[in-house]
Amino acid sequence: MKHKKPTLERRSVVAGILKDRGGALVVAGLGATCWDTMAAGDSPLNFYTWGGMGGTAMIGLGLALAQPKRRVLVITGDGDMLMGLGSLATIGVQQPRNLALIVIDNERYGETGMQDTHTRFGVDLAGMAKSAGFRMSGTAYTAAQLKTWIPRFHRQAGPVFCAIKVTAHAAPMVLPLREGPALKNRFREAVLGAKAHE
Amino acid sequence: MRKVERKNNSEPRVTSHESRASLAWPDEVHANLRDLGVCQVGYVPDTGHARLIRLVQADRRMRAVALTTEEEGVAMAVGAWLGGERSALLLQSSGAGNCINMLGMIAEVRVPLLLLVTMRGQWGEFNPWQVPMSQATAPALAAIQVVVRPVDQADDVGATVAAAGRLAFNTGRAVAVLIAQRVVGTKEFK
Repeated sequence: MKHKKPTLERRSVVAGILKDRGGALVVAGLGATCWDTMAAGDSPLNFYTWGGMGGTAMIGLGLALAQPKRRVLVITGDGDMLMGLGSLATIGVQQPRNLALIVIDNERYGETGMQDTHTRFGVDLAGMAKSAGFRMSGTAYTAAQLKTWIPRFHRQAGPVFCAIKVTAHAAPMVLPLREGPALKNRFREAVLGAKAHE
Repeated sequence: MRKVERKNNSEPRVTSHESRASLAWPDEVHANLRDLGVCQVGYVPDTGHARLIRLVQADRRMRAVALTTEEEGVAMAVGAWLGGERSALLLQSSGAGNCINMLGMIAEVRVPLLLLVTMRGQWGEFNPWQVPMSQATAPALAAIQVVVRPVDQADDVGATVAAAGRLAFNTGRAVAVLIAQRVVGTKEFK
């Protein structure tokens, strides 16, 4: 199968997704998707991960189940998603209506030297999500396609999955807070108010 | 919404040399989880946990989440806590190794988590492939900053789980109760 070259630029993709985020809760996968999310604007409602590779989608599931009235967006990379493929099935079985799983797919391991991931060779994450039971699943290559997907991330009854193909061009690092308890506490305070420290 | 099919599962015969108390511990543990306010219960099924899993599935205040691998439950617990809910993870000792990396996140972010581990590889084990991970369970979990509490008497399981849960949720860390194979019953292969 001939390789289709991505053209979208990751930083503006994530900025576009988060521009009108409203009260959405965001879990960002380690590495470049954290810099993208931070660059779009820091918020206590962003939980940036600096480890636990492979687990980002499941963090999103636990959060979505705990806060069914809030919209939960997971924004992560193809490497992290590939490391947690089983979670697509687990999420598909649970059917959280408030969860959107967004993979910024540059087909590379961004933090370790831009080595190819499996998606560079045709592994279709959206196809896997669809087969796992995601209510809506697809891949976006163009700005027009992305434009149709963004409202779905925020409003479509989930679970929603989208792999957005972006270039391997590395955008500048924009470093978010990295201390675990600080990230956790500010998130819980923003979501739970006084109950955060009961 | 996709309907989940449930198959009729016949459990392998389990022998137990304990009294009726050995059959009651899952009920006590379920009551403990309820008293602790645990909402999300991740599990990879184990025969030893079969009764507790059914009790959690039947409890409308809890959500039993079947996992493809145990580490999913660790990550899920982080999300649950961010959203204000308490979690437990039910697993067999053979799945403990699958959790190690993700438990680093639990330690670093300080997320409370109660792990209930049914042990293999200890008491008349038949399957040699069970022994390495079972023997490594306690040191591996301790190495990643989990407080490990073995319990080897059926009568003590309830109290141990209750105390372990209070430790976990009062002090913000992972605590694992290792329920001895002698309590759970050794699986017969013949």
